[in-house]
Amino acid sequence: MAAPVPSPVSASAPAAVERSPDPVRTPPRKPPRRRRARRAAWIFAGPAAVLFTMFFAYPLGASLAQSFTAEDAGVSRWVGFAQYRRMVDDPAFLESLANTGLILVVQVPVMIGLALVLAVLLNQSWLRFRGTWRAIYFLPAVTTLVAYAVVFQVLLKTDGGLVNQIVGVFGAGPVDWLNDPTWARISLIASLTWRWTGYNAVILLAGLQSIGKEQYEAAAIDGAGTFTTYARVVLPQLRPVILFCVITSTIGTLQLFDENWVLTRGGPDDATLTPVVYLYKVGFQQLDFGYAAAIAWVVVLLIAAISAVQYLAFGRERRR
Amino acid sequence: MTALGPLLRLLLRLLLVLGAVVSLVPFLWMAIAATHSTAELFRSPPPFLPGGALLDNLLRLQETIGFGRVILNSVGIAVVHTVVSSAVSAMCGFGLAKYRFRGRGLLLGVVLATMMIPFQVLLVPLFQMMASVGWIDSYQAVILPFLANSFGILLMRQSFVDFPDELLESARVDGSGDLRTFYQVVLPCVRPQLGALVIFTFMSQWNSFIWPLLMLNSEEKYTVPVALNTLTGLSRVDHSGLMLGSLLATLPLMALFLLFQRQFVAGLLGGAVKG
Repeated sequence: MAAPVPSPVSASAPAAVERSPDPVRTPPRKPPRRRRARRAAWIFAGPAAVLFTMFFAYPLGASLAQSFTAEDAGVSRWVGFAQYRRMVDDPAFLESLANTGLILVVQVPVMIGLALVLAVLLNQSWLRFRGTWRAIYFLPAVTTLVAYAVVFQVLLKTDGGLVNQIVGVFGAGPVDWLNDPTWARISLIASLTWRWTGYNAVILLAGLQSIGKEQYEAAAIDGAGTFTTYARVVLPQLRPVILFCVITSTIGTLQLFDENWVLTRGGPDDATLTPVVYLYKVGFQQLDFGYAAAIAWVVVLLIAAISAVQYLAFGRERRR
Repeated sequence: MTALGPLLRLLLRLLLVLGAVVSLVPFLWMAIAATHSTAELFRSPPPFLPGGALLDNLLRLQETIGFGRVILNSVGIAVVHTVVSSAVSAMCGFGLAKYRFRGRGLLLGVVLATMMIPFQVLLVPLFQMMASVGWIDSYQAVILPFLANSFGILLMRQSFVDFPDELLESARVDGSGDLRTFYQVVLPCVRPQLGALVIFTFMSQWNSFIWPLLMLNSEEKYTVPVALNTLTGLSRVDHSGLMLGSLLATLPLMALFLLFQRQFVAGLLGGAVKG
């Protein structure tokens, strides 16, 4: 490994020192006991701590350092923010951001909306076999990723694929689902929605189930109709769970790799390229490690920023 | 609950059925397609009933990617990873829940940070790390980097926090060492959460794609997702073989999920409902 890497562990260690020992939880003990407890604590926490240091803290620092370097004939040299500046006028990177934005604006709201409707339906008291319904809708989320991509490729095949055969029944010509830029985006959005709607619905359903029956009854006694009850009583209480789904889906979208890599390899013409697929191509196909690291850190910053904004926007309103 | 008209109920039921069909059709199609030849697959109208090419497809799959070996690789890697990772997570969760020690706050901070930072950031340095110790194309390179799993540690910590301190203390008085107390007294009490952890860990390793794709070069070491991926890249794609391979890759997960649905959903919600 080329550049010396500052270890994040030693940098932030002093902060932790003053936190321990906690005088409230630990009863005063005689010294040998205490030493024994400390040794036992490290036996329990030690393996994870070592693994995190080696395989998280170190590579994290290394990638940050790497994002400020460029390789010239096998020698890496410090280039400051040059890799970050490259992104500003790299059409492929900008395209990947635009695609991510499209998914965030179109796919995430549609999916969360569908999941919400589904969760409300699954929560109806007249519905029987609720466990079975829940399992059916959750199943897409436990599919092996590559299997999922393979099935969608076959379903969406231009000539003879099942979807085009169904489309043909209604008299429409065959659609080039995966090779036309616009349709490829639509296919990606549809397959993402297929995979993750049930997953979010199950989480929302658990949130709904924690709202007591008496609240619906109270609303009914006050003369509220079904719609008013949901809009005024149920949804506000579900807000934290909805926020959780929105934030996890947003993070998932910003980290999107698996689906579009196996389905379209980011193509056609970068129509389904996402930043992580791009950084994979830059890093492992073009072997431009510095640039790949810089893209990765921009993704990290984007995730932090967007999650924070969503948290503030959604989380706040509740206290009004 | 407010009363709904019977007509509206019927409509909503229809809606649920429609959604369920959309959810299930790809699975059904996968199962049907796995028993047909590729030519039959794209015939018009498409086949709706199982065909007779299942064995042919299986033999071809074995011939092209050595599917038996690939399944064994996947099972082996997933089992080893699950056992070690679950143990590491449970122990670390217990340490964080029940001991005060120097560096505890830092460790907890790192655990939370790993959940927020996409692992793709680590890809290049981890790759270089594995290359520098000559571990490319080895199983340990696939397993080692992701053994410490934040989700698992937090899940276990959460389930240990409420464990009564008095019980730990009395085991200590009885002369039981901390490790023995952990295995014989504490762990049996959190079996459901441990179950959720094991299932999650197994599934995520079974599905793991990008890291094994980077690490494994020789075909006889491939895991199922990596092997299937090589099939998609060929010029003449063997669609029915792929469908059979995908079906066989998915079936274990579906079985696990259906068998342990309750633990699974409980684990899923461990972080969510509190959120």
